[in-house]
This record gives sequence, C-alpha cells and structure tokens, in this order.
Amino acid sequence: MNVSLTLIIIMGVLFAAGVYAMLERSLTRVLIGFLLLGNAANLFLLVVMGAPGVAPFYGSAEDAADYSDPLPQALTLTAIVITFAVSAFLLALIYRSWQLGQADTVEDDEADLAVRDRVAEDEEAMEQEITDEDDDATTDFVGDLTSPITVLHSRDFDALRDDAPTDRPGGDR
Amino acid sequence: MSALVPLLVTLPLLGAAVALIFGRRRRIQVGVSIVTLTATLVIAAVLLNAINATGVPIAVSVGGWPIPFGIVLYVDRLSALLVVVSSIVLLAVLLFSVGQGAADGDDETPVSIFHPSYLILAAGIFNAFIAGDLFNLYVGFEILLVASYVLITLGSTESRIRTGVVYIVVSLVSSILFLSAIAAIYGALGTVNIIQLSERMTELPQETQLVLHLMLLLAFSIKAAVFPLSFWLPDSYPTAPAPVTAVFAGLLTKVGVYAIIRTETDIFQDNDVNTLLLIVALATMIVGVLGAVAQAELKRILSFTLVSHIGYMIFGLAIATPAAVGATIYYIVHHIVVQTTLFLAVGLVERRAGSTSILKVRGLMRAAPLLAVLYFIPAINLGGLPPFSGFIGKYALFDAAADEGTPLMYVLIVAGIVTSLLTLYALMRAWNLSFWREKEEIGEGESETDARIAYLGDAEGADVQTEKRVIPRIMTTATAGMVAVTVALTIFAGPLYELCADIGESLLQPVTITQLEQEVQG
Repeated sequence: MNVSLTLIIIMGVLFAAGVYAMLERSLTRVLIGFLLLGNAANLFLLVVMGAPGVAPFYGSAEDAADYSDPLPQALTLTAIVITFAVSAFLLALIYRSWQLGQADTVEDDEADLAVRDRVAEDEEAMEQEITDEDDDATTDFVGDLTSPITVLHSRDFDALRDDAPTDRPGGDR
Repeated sequence: MSALVPLLVTLPLLGAAVALIFGRRRRIQVGVSIVTLTATLVIAAVLLNAINATGVPIAVSVGGWPIPFGIVLYVDRLSALLVVVSSIVLLAVLLFSVGQGAADGDDETPVSIFHPSYLILAAGIFNAFIAGDLFNLYVGFEILLVASYVLITLGSTESRIRTGVVYIVVSLVSSILFLSAIAAIYGALGTVNIIQLSERMTELPQETQLVLHLMLLLAFSIKAAVFPLSFWLPDSYPTAPAPVTAVFAGLLTKVGVYAIIRTETDIFQDNDVNTLLLIVALATMIVGVLGAVAQAELKRILSFTLVSHIGYMIFGLAIATPAAVGATIYYIVHHIVVQTTLFLAVGLVERRAGSTSILKVRGLMRAAPLLAVLYFIPAINLGGLPPFSGFIGKYALFDAAADEGTPLMYVLIVAGIVTSLLTLYALMRAWNLSFWREKEEIGEGESETDARIAYLGDAEGADVQTEKRVIPRIMTTATAGMVAVTVALTIFAGPLYELCADIGESLLQPVTITQLEQEVQG
C-alpha cells in the first residue's frame, strides 16, 4: 500500500496540536482541539485508503486495483457530519457557560474541591493549597471589552431565565 | 422476520421527530414516546423468541449492498436479549419521568426536548446493540452520545453545565480514539465488518493485533467506565435529573461493556490480553467500591458502585471460558435492571426528603414505608445477598473463575467477595442513616459518630434542599414495576441463566462470513 508521507506528517501534527489544545482549561480551546483531532482522524481514514486512483463507479480503469477505495471516503464523510454536529452543540454549550458565569473554563468538581478543602484543613496547610485564581483567569473572554461577541447576558431576556424549572425540588439555581 | 430488525432503530428516530413536532403538546409527546418504546419492546421480544427458537442469528443488509461492503445489522441472541432488557428499562424510566414532569408542571419549558432526545438515545443504544460492523457501532455510539449530551445538560443550569462539560469532553476523546482505531483496523485488514474482521485478524502478526486490540479497548473502556478511565463518571452522573441518571447508569456504560464483549469474543480471537483485563477488573472493583464507602451522598454512592460493578463484567470476560462469558451476560442483565431501579428509588428519596445526603435525610422508614421497601430490595440485590440475582450472577462468575484455578483467579474471587460486602456496607450504611435513624435522635456533637457526621455534613456543603414534595403515584408505580422486574430476574433465573449460558457458548464459536451471506439471502 502506497501512502503519501505529507498526509501522514500533517495527520501527526494535527493529532499533536489537537491533544495539546484539548488539555487547556478554556472551552474554546477545547473546541479547537476537538476540531483538529476530528480532522486528524478523518485524514487517518484517508491515509489508510492507499494511493489515490481512478474514481470509483464512474472511472474506466482496466484493473480493479487502479480504482480508489471508496469505503474510507464514505466513512470520512459520515465522520465529518458527526464532528460538525458535535461542534455545533459544543458552541452552544460554550455560549451558555459564558452566559452563566462569564467564564468558559472547565470547572473543578465541587465534591473534589470539598475533599481538597477537608484535607487542607486536616493538615493545617491552607496557605499554599488554594491559589487557583490564576487557573480561573485562563478564559479567552474576560470582560466585555475584550469579548469577540456582543454578550447579551441572560438578565437581558425576560424569557430566558437561569432559574428555569428543573426536576429538582426548589430548583438548584 | 428480518424486516423487523431496522425498525428497532427507525421507529425511535421517527418517534423522536413526531415528538419534536408536538413539542408544546405534552400529552401527545408522552403518548408517542410510550407507544414507540412499547413497539420496540414487542419487536425485540419477537426477535429474541424467533432467534432463540432457530438458533440462527438474523442479519439484514441495509440498502441491499452485498455483505462486506454495505451496512449490516446483525441480531444474535445477545443483541436481542440486551435490546429487550434496555427497552424495559427505557420504558420504566420514561413512565417515571412522565410522573415527575407532570407533577412539576413544567409544560413549555426546555423539557419539551426531553422526549425527542430520550427517543434518539434509545435509537442510538439499539443501533449499537445490533450493529454488524465497527463503523455502524461508532455511529450508534455517536447517536446515543449526542442525545446524552443534551440530556445531561437538560435545563442548562450552572451545575449541569459544569458537570456536563467534563462528561462531554471525555466522551469526545473516546470517540476520536474509536474512530482512529477503526481507521487503523481498516488500514490493516481492509474491512470493518465484525465477522470478516474476526476471520482476517488471525492473519496479522501478534504485535499488530495487540496494538489494534488495545486501541479499541481503550476507547470502549472510557465509555464503560473501567478503572483508571472511570474518573469522569461519579463527577458527571449525580447532577443530571433523576430519570436521566437512572437510564445512563443502567444502559450507557453497558453499551461500552457490550462493545468490549464483541471485541474480546468476536474480533480478537487468538490475541488475548486477559491478564491485563484481570488486573484492570481487580482495580475497578476495589477502587470503585472504596469510593462508594467514602461518599455521603446517595447518588454518588451509587455512581461509585456502578463503576465497581463494571469490574465484575470485565472479570468475567477476562476469564474467557464459555461459562464465564455466559455468567457475564447474566450479570450485565441483572446490573442494568438493578442499578436503574436503585437510581429511581433514590430519585424518590430526593423528592420525598428534599435531599440525597444520607447525613441529612432521616426517619424515612416511618415516613415512607413503601419507599423503604423499594430501596431495600434492589440494595441487597446489588450487594449480592442470596437468593437474589446479584448473588446468582456473582456465584456463577466465581464458579467459572475457580474452574480456571490459577492464583490470580483466586485473588480476583477474594476481591469480588470483598467488593460485594463493601457494596452491601455502603448501601446499608445509607439505609441505616436515612431510613432506620429516627427523626428525633438528633443530638449532634454528643458522641464521636455524631460529631463526625456533623463535620462531614458541613463539609459536603452543596445540595442543601429543604422543600419536600409528595411523590406522584406514577413514579412509585414505575419504580415498583422495576423492583418487580429485579425480583423476576431471580424467580426466572433458571431459564434466563440457561439462555445466557447458551449465548456464552455460541459467542466463542462465531459465524463465518459465508454463513452470514446465506442468512441475508435466506
């Protein structure tokens, strides 16, 4: 099977960059990382197709081996559609996250924090433990001035409320 | 008969579309969802019956493409059994959520998307169970995951967004890994059809097989919440609405386990990583249950026991004898039903007492005796007390392990018993504190235990809810129905176990591609 070295190098770079971006706390960077990873996986599918040949179905090659393998292309198309749908959902999620807390970061789990606090209390080593302000500041959109989008806060809409009914007694917000 | 197979996926999708159209008419939505899921339950039962009678799996070539090229839906007894069980669970949880939604009076809220998302989730689960090729399995996973993203962030409150983000990012990584594994497997073998893969895989060198094998296992283990890839589950499940958590706990991780079964038994037949799986199973059981013991919030306790009991299933698969695989399948069926029931019961507790913290809730035994029964039966079942199905499943697993007789097997058996006892301890501690403890005996700070409880209660901080509501009858009925199913798993353990043992036998002797072609034509 002949494959293009360029494609493989591009794929590797995309995988590396994607993983790096996904490790960030900022959700927008996670989204970018996911897009890069998705494209890297799609390229991987195209690489395993082998060397490109005559178009399947419509081409007129003598030998069956001269045709391109159509199946990875079909798989890639499906994967692209799925990636597209998921990115749309992620964008909505990021916007909502931003709307709620003026931050688009991945937050620490509350129970984890509770455990951490308890440990810190027990060891009486509180001073250096919780200096997470720096981490929390790694949003790409701090403050309205630098925000790339005009932010309409939820309080600007009568119909959109943070205390929308949930199943929880009393609502958790 | 084969015409029924695609309906398992298309009916819920169609139902979702109709439910979305009638987004503002609650009654029609509910009707559509119930009819759809009942229909899939009937279809799955008919299929299971037919396949069990003939012993021949049903394969459908979608779009009429010849076998290895097109999409194949493949229903054997394992798929049919799991579809039947998941239909029952989905239907019961749907009824539960209908009761909850009606009582909360949230017409025209974001909850109008609950029913469509729920049906799409069902379609994804069924599609994953009946997928005949790896890529269709991937598509099934994606369908159910996207629906689960919507469900876990339902209402998009701040806490749900926070936990939903963790769940979503982890799921995305596992999906990308799965897709890359598919690409690598296609590159190595030129096919994605599971049966064809199992035939061609033996031609590859062992090292290549190992790489592909581990890639697939990694992707599926994240979804199945196998230690050390289980960290996301106890973080994200407890925050979602009670019915959503119940259905996620029962079904989503089991889809991952199902994929691992296919990987181990069908795709990689002569490449085994069983020792690795045994160690992973050991760690999953012990670490998971220790997490459960340390928690003071019912939903979190259950999430951790969920992780630890996935360990039993991996254990059974790693033994890799027909008896062990059969026991695993019985255990999966038992666990789907019991774990969902427990989450539903906890949903009722949350409603009745206004909190799920076992340190705050008390005196439920007197206040709600029926609820106490509904919690107690599945709790001791999950803990593995005889004569319940949890005991039967665990006993069968240990029996199969003892037949192998290696030292590691005995270590695993001991770990399994310890896990079972600790599960019982965690659940009974919750029982003692929340149900058995009298309302009056408050006296905080008097004894050491009380001081500890008060301390932990303060540290827990979040989730203080004081409002208490009456439980609608339909929620109790749905939960009671599920408890009845768990008891039925015990009463009808004989025939069910026989079926599972048969499946275990047949899984280790897979069909060939020519047989599959004949089935499609015939």
